[in-house]
Order: sequence, then C-alpha cells, then structure tokens
Amino acid sequence: MFISSQNPPPCFKDFTLVMPAVAVGNVGQLAVDLILSTLKMKRVGYIHTDCLIPMTGNNPYATCNEDAEELHTPAEVYTATELKMAVLQIRAPIIQTKSKKFRQLLVSWIKTSGFSRTVVLSSSHAYQRDDQQMKGTPLRYLVTPSLLKDSAVALEELSWREMERVPAFPGLTDANTDPRLYVPGGGITKGLYMDSCAEDLPLAVLLLFCSEGDNIPDAFTLVNHLNDWLHLLENPSQKPNKWKIPTSWSLLFGSGIPPAMF
Amino acid sequence: MATFFGEVLSVYSRAVEEDDEELDENEEDKEIRRELEEKREVKLHWSPEISESLTSGNQLQCSDFILAVGHNAARFLSVYVLTSENWDAVGHASMWNERSRPETGLTGGESACVFYRYKNNPSVLMCQVTCYVAEDQLFQWTEKVFGCLQWRQLNVTVLSDSSVAEYKTADYLCCSSAPFLRSLHTGAFHGQPVCRSLEQPNIITGLPAAVLNHCEVHRIATVVYQCYSDVTGPDSVTMETFKPALTKLGESIQLDPSPSIDILRKFARTTNIQSNLYI
Repeated sequence: MFISSQNPPPCFKDFTLVMPAVAVGNVGQLAVDLILSTLKMKRVGYIHTDCLIPMTGNNPYATCNEDAEELHTPAEVYTATELKMAVLQIRAPIIQTKSKKFRQLLVSWIKTSGFSRTVVLSSSHAYQRDDQQMKGTPLRYLVTPSLLKDSAVALEELSWREMERVPAFPGLTDANTDPRLYVPGGGITKGLYMDSCAEDLPLAVLLLFCSEGDNIPDAFTLVNHLNDWLHLLENPSQKPNKWKIPTSWSLLFGSGIPPAMF
Repeated sequence: MATFFGEVLSVYSRAVEEDDEELDENEEDKEIRRELEEKREVKLHWSPEISESLTSGNQLQCSDFILAVGHNAARFLSVYVLTSENWDAVGHASMWNERSRPETGLTGGESACVFYRYKNNPSVLMCQVTCYVAEDQLFQWTEKVFGCLQWRQLNVTVLSDSSVAEYKTADYLCCSSAPFLRSLHTGAFHGQPVCRSLEQPNIITGLPAAVLNHCEVHRIATVVYQCYSDVTGPDSVTMETFKPALTKLGESIQLDPSPSIDILRKFARTTNIQSNLYI
C-alpha cells in the first residue's frame, strides 16, 4: 500500500508514472536510478508491502555528506512536479508466491492515483530470442489498447519495434495455436501488461533483450530510448554523458584489493 | 561470477524465476498453498497477564524496545544484561520454515525468539532472535510484534550480526579492523548514534531491515547497530563491540560492565560441537 511521507499527501492526477520491472540484469531498476539521480527527484512516499523482501540503506543518490544519512526502503515513489512525472523505484526482489498480489496492488494503486499513463522499464533474456527477434535493435515496446488510442501518432513517429508474439510450439505448425506473448526473465512484466489490458489502463512496456553481467550499458540504452519518447533531457547521448550515475553504483564488483598483492 | 582475479564468487542469479504461464490452479493446489501459508505463519505467545491485556485491546506500554538478531547480538544481551536477573521472560515467537529443525518439544524458555521485560521498569522490552526468519516471514514478524506495542514515545534499538565479507569498501579492510559497528537510523530518530553511519553501497537485509522499514514508514525512532565480524561463531570480542550501543540506554537498563569469566565461557562456547572435521 502507498504511504505518503508528506503532509498533505501528493497528488498524482495526470502524472506519468515510470517504474521498473525486476527483471534480468536489473536493467529497468538501473535506468530508473539514472532518472532519479539526474533529475534530483523528491521522495514523496513508500509502497509498504509484504510482497517485497525487506532491505534498507542510506541515501542511494547522496551528493554530499549532509544528505547521505537518510533511510531508504525497498519501494519508494518520487516526483518531479514541473515534469508532471512520478517514478516508482523497486529495490528488492518480489517474494515468488506473492507476485500476483504485488501486481494487483500496483494496478489498484495506479488506478486510484489517476496517472495519465504508466511506463514499465523491463528486460528479457537475450538467449531466448527467436530468429526474427535477433535481427536489428534489441529494444521492444508493448502498449495497452487504452494507451494506443492517445499515443498512436507519437509511437508511429518514433518507429519503434513492437514485441513480437512467438509461436507457442516453435517448429510445429499447428493452425490452432495462436502465437503468444512471451517475456522470459521479465518478472511481472507480462502479468502487469495483461492485467492493464484487462483493466483498460494506459500502460506501455519498454524492454531490452540482455544477459546478466555488467548491465550498466544496457541501462543507458534503455533510458535513452525512454528519453526519445518522454524528452526528460535534451540530447542525453551527447558527450559528456548527461545522465548522472548515483553513488550507490560504486563497488559493483566488490571491495578494494589488498595492496600487499602487488 | 568471476572477478578480475579469476576466483569464482557465488552470487544469486538476478534473472527472475519463470512465472510466465499462470497455470490454472485447481482446488487442491489452492488448498495446499493455503495450508503451507498457515504452517509458515508467525505466532506470538505471551504470558497470561500480557495476552489478557492485549485481548482487551490494550497495547503494551513500551518506551524502549531492544532487539538482538543473531548469535553474537543475542549472547551479548545474555552476558551483559540478562545476568542481572531483573528480567522476566514474558513471551516468545514461534515459526516454521525450511530451516527449522524437526520439533523437539521446545518450551517457551528455550525458544529461539524470546521476549523479556525489565522488572524495574516494565516499559522496557527486549527480544533475542537466534533462529532463521524466512524472507516471507520478516514482514509478518514485524507487523505482529509492533502490533502489540504502543508506538508513542517508542524508541527501538536493534543489534545485529553480519559477516565482514558482506561489507563493501573501496579501501582494503585490514584484518585488524574487524569487528566494527555501523549504524542506520530512521528519520524519526534524533539522537547521535554511537558509531559511523553505514556507507553506501552497503545495505542491510533480514529482520533489522524489516524493522527499519516498518519504523521509517510509521515514524518510530529506531537505530540499528550492525556489527561486522570476521569470526563465524559467537566470540567475546565481537560481543564486546556492542557495548557502546547500549551505554546510551544506561538510564533505562542496567549493564553489567564486566561479566564473570564463567558466564562468558558459557556463552562464547563454540557452537559446532557436532562437527567431526578434526576428530
């Protein structure tokens, strides 16, 4: 459930919500980190739920000693009022048996908050692509019919590629089986998309095929892709890079090395 | 994952379990799930006096709640605080999960999660947790325990153990630096912690994290002292590291500054007597 950290509670009416899906390589979460740290967004509340594994730490976007000591929780909501944008960051895995409950919680929160659209940043296993998916860009999108009504023109201008439906039984040609939507390693992505279609929510999924490893370049690719649509930054891919890497990304490969080794 | 030097570290796969096809569950599947969920439920057992007051709708008056998670933290309390015999065991929590031992007929006193109340000041409550609380039980444990306590004016102190291998720092940690303490506190906590704050990118997980999340969201003053130790079993040096954390609470509880050797020996005794590695 959403708990506001402010008084009065924030109003999300007609805001765009950007959120990650916990998926392969945590690409969506990393991309959201870049948005939060670059736009210096303000925390307005928490999603406090038993569906996420508890974790906590000091401010992941600290810029100086003064703002370093500030407790952060597994799921928090940030806003940038001038951009009419809210961002939900999810920092912990979803408890497996509770993923359906978590999706329902999100869908009902999105509905009651009155967001004008929701964008889910996600990823999918690169090794499970089929032949047609291996050609060209690794970026794909999905939109619910409700969002397509309003954003058809914008999406056409972007000339993005829609996520392909794949045959249920590759190699077998059976006229009776329809191709299906398949997002391996995408966590709640597919479920959230299907729920949103059923509930007539305006929602888009932007996803990237990737493998686990150092997924920082993937995060930049995905966030730049999102920027082509939402225009959060002007010319972000120009050098030097305009996205700001948060302090919490340090030491991704472990602690320092013993100097006596050399 | 292999590092630059070729050693292989075991890491959790960040790929997500395939939950793609939501199979239509039949009644039997649902029944099994329900039963499993019931079995994993966290249950609190209070002394008759307390459960009576709870059932009549009165939460426990509590000014200080001290929670020790892990063997070193729990034994620290046993050695330095509980020996004063001014404490009553007033309840325990029981739960079952995949790491639980088969039922051995544990009574309340031997439980791995016990609550104590201070005789001189009944609003001081203490809890020792030495059992494994599974990921799906952490939130529930916290909700249930804090559901019994009155939140107003509540101060929570959590002592917790961790391995120094979990601590990330850009400078190489010299072996003489462990054990050491790091703190993390909620926005409602206005005191001065007795040690440095936990630096990014370090995080806290498990029961201390569940308690911090709950207290941050509900604006309860809470501080966690996490001890990073390089010894796997309980030892007296690690236990002593927690001492400054409780000196702050000196007014409300009595700390035994120099416990007798016998007591220390009893609690610092090696845990894996069953190990036959060096017979």
